[in-house]
Amino acid sequence: MTDIQNSPSPASAAPTPPEHEVEPPSRWNAALQEMLSGNIIISVLAVLLALVVGALLIALTDPATQKAAGYFFSRPGDTFAAGWDAASGAYWSLFQGAIYNFGRPYFSDGIKPFADTLTFATPLIAAGLGVGLAFRVGLFNIGGRGQMLIAAACAGWVGWSFHLPYGLHLILAVLAGIVGGAIWGGIVGLLKARTGAHEVIVTIMLNYVAFYLVAYMLRTPGLLQAPGTVNPKSPGILPTAVFPQFLGPQYSVHLGFLVVIAATFLVWWILSRSNLGFKFKAVGLNPNAARVAGINVKNMYVYAMLISGGLVGLAGVAQVLGTVTTGFSSGIDAGIGFDAITVALLGRSKPWGIFVAGILFGALKAGGFAMQAAQGIPIDIVLVVQSLIVLFIAAPPLIRVIFRLPAPGSAHRRSAPVVAKEVAAK
Amino acid sequence: MSTLANPMPDAGPIVLEKAELKSWKAPIALGIFALIALILFVGFGRDGSSTFRFAESTDVVQLPSLTLPTRATGIVIAILLVLLTLVGAALAQTRRTVQIWFVAIFALLFMVGLLTWASAGHTVPFTGLLIGAVSLSVPLIFGAMGGVISERVGVVNVAIEGQLLAGAFVSAMVGSMTRSPWAGIVAAMVAGVLVAFVLAAFSIKYFVDQVIVGVVLNVLVSGLTSFLYSQLLTAHPAELNAPPRFSPVDIPVLSEIPIIGPVLFRQTVIVYLMYIAVAAVYFGLFHTRWGLRLRSVGEHPQAADTVGINVTGTRFWNVSLAGAIVGAGGAYFTLGSVGSFSQDMTAGAGFIALAAVIFGRWDPIRATLAALLFGFATNLQNVLGIIGSPVPSEFLLMLPYLVTIFAVAGLVGVVRGPAASGKPYIKS
Repeated sequence: MTDIQNSPSPASAAPTPPEHEVEPPSRWNAALQEMLSGNIIISVLAVLLALVVGALLIALTDPATQKAAGYFFSRPGDTFAAGWDAASGAYWSLFQGAIYNFGRPYFSDGIKPFADTLTFATPLIAAGLGVGLAFRVGLFNIGGRGQMLIAAACAGWVGWSFHLPYGLHLILAVLAGIVGGAIWGGIVGLLKARTGAHEVIVTIMLNYVAFYLVAYMLRTPGLLQAPGTVNPKSPGILPTAVFPQFLGPQYSVHLGFLVVIAATFLVWWILSRSNLGFKFKAVGLNPNAARVAGINVKNMYVYAMLISGGLVGLAGVAQVLGTVTTGFSSGIDAGIGFDAITVALLGRSKPWGIFVAGILFGALKAGGFAMQAAQGIPIDIVLVVQSLIVLFIAAPPLIRVIFRLPAPGSAHRRSAPVVAKEVAAK
Repeated sequence: MSTLANPMPDAGPIVLEKAELKSWKAPIALGIFALIALILFVGFGRDGSSTFRFAESTDVVQLPSLTLPTRATGIVIAILLVLLTLVGAALAQTRRTVQIWFVAIFALLFMVGLLTWASAGHTVPFTGLLIGAVSLSVPLIFGAMGGVISERVGVVNVAIEGQLLAGAFVSAMVGSMTRSPWAGIVAAMVAGVLVAFVLAAFSIKYFVDQVIVGVVLNVLVSGLTSFLYSQLLTAHPAELNAPPRFSPVDIPVLSEIPIIGPVLFRQTVIVYLMYIAVAAVYFGLFHTRWGLRLRSVGEHPQAADTVGINVTGTRFWNVSLAGAIVGAGGAYFTLGSVGSFSQDMTAGAGFIALAAVIFGRWDPIRATLAALLFGFATNLQNVLGIIGSPVPSEFLLMLPYLVTIFAVAGLVGVVRGPAASGKPYIKS
């Protein structure tokens, strides 16, 4: 009955009911269908496919493989063996550098790389949350670099210029950084709301402004430069303001990770439980409709960019107070502002999705450094794999074509495509 | 009666208020610059005299150099800027819009004032300043042209950066292998097209958000070129990363014109290609059937489809064309200016080109002017760095970006791009 109602014409609907009677889908079958056509399997396959492409690149550019390819037609096996060696060696060291190092005798030592992964993931998640929140409001925040730099400068300055007790100092430094990032992001929201300036232009421009501003402050004595040096570098953070390594000094993961978990929870709460989040999502889905419904769209832009900038600022704070505590230079953002965009995309702008995506990319980063050190493979391959993952995940039909998966609802839910067609026709 | 009359006054003032708000932004932006001028030129006025050199010793026509007393010139210009701001405020008061030529005169005066102030006691090689500005603008203009075409046909092109980088990388490699810069530039265009193919395939066929694809493509190309650079180019620099460069070609007669000649007509082939590209894009977009179809697809794909234009095909091939243009701009990095590839050598030029597209309101000529402004401001900092300016170099480097923010917020305001740009067309 529902089939007939949803179909565009009775003629095409007529043959469907008998088909349903012929093959009643079992519960297990339906679950399998759901899984094969759903998001999880697509994500896993996208990661796999990206890793395969990365492996091919590693194998093709490997000097030993190229040497063996010189006599490919006499002994083709050598080429494949050399390529396999290069790729498998690279990925094995990537795994050992990111998750667990089997070369160490005790579990407590072997698991150290995973702590590194979490350390790398900390700023990625924070910045990814910021970018993702802005996405949900329909804003594209490419200004992560600027927001991180300003936040790092603020947090760092509080971190080394005041002598305060443990706890209070750390909280003040974190807050200073978040406020710095929020202000830098809030400028964008304010300009967008008051003058209509395009946020993409303003964030790009503010990246450069922040970079040169921080570079100037870092080389000017009395501002951010470490006293007694001529290098454009800041002094080290006082121990009272450093994120403590809560699992002990042998693991690099620091308190910032727990702060980021809290931030993820907060963003989840804002987006799915709060009044503000409802307005955010309404503006993101359709600003005109939101305006008609009585939501002050301009204010939402300002609030969203304030929160987004604050979250990205938290990434800068994590870098300065957690990862690089001995003083920073103008490269402290380490490209995280841009990586955050891919993290947010991979996490589909959902808080916990971003959390998982951040850990995955953190693992790739941690493992990438280990791979570079052990196998001499440039860490840039990680960028390739990261971007391919996002690209494949963004296009589920492509993955379905490559792996010959069924399209969602193709087997027994005949009504689904019909509904989609009707929606599209409006 | 009274209940019916109520909505009327409500609707009236809202419209008026909006119009008034809009027109006040320009005078405020002008006022900020006039204030900066007052503080710098009068408050921190410098003594001595500033000389502008208009001719090199090799030129046929020797223009005399211009020497201005720094402090007096600064005061005069500051007063003029304040007067212009007042005129702008008066225009706003009477609800007339501030015209673009008005802003241009204001900007020109401000630049002259700034140059005079910064170069007290020194000589500014004016021609050299402009030559450098054009040189820095070339990839930006190519990128902006690609961006204009792509956005006009309805596909947001955030991947300009990636296309430039791919063009630079491939042109260096192919140019070195074939020892021919021409092969290099063709290969660069092919590389730009390949990146554009991915953008087009994902955004047009799979309906993936175009901004997402663009951002991801930038990361992909950056990672890919850096990886291949570390793996291959650094191992064989002579065979793979030493392309022959285009040498400058003087255009007879035109290159002898003072100032304009050396700046515009003693350039490499890539720069001449750029002039052709800008002219062709402008003429093509607004005066040919191709341009009309392209714009209709970007504004209202459904209407275009209804009259029989193939929306998907038009989008696909024009995005590819845009990729070819941007790729040629990438070749300028390796075949025109630097001479070899290095990691991430485009350094955000693609994003600046994107800003130029929006700043130029999706118009090829305006976008070119915006790109030239960025190039000029960047080179201004280089020149002032050499002659020694009183302002820290970082603040001069910030200048183009700050000017853009003020301009976008104060003068451009709400920009309206092609209506269907960024939206996939799902044929029903």
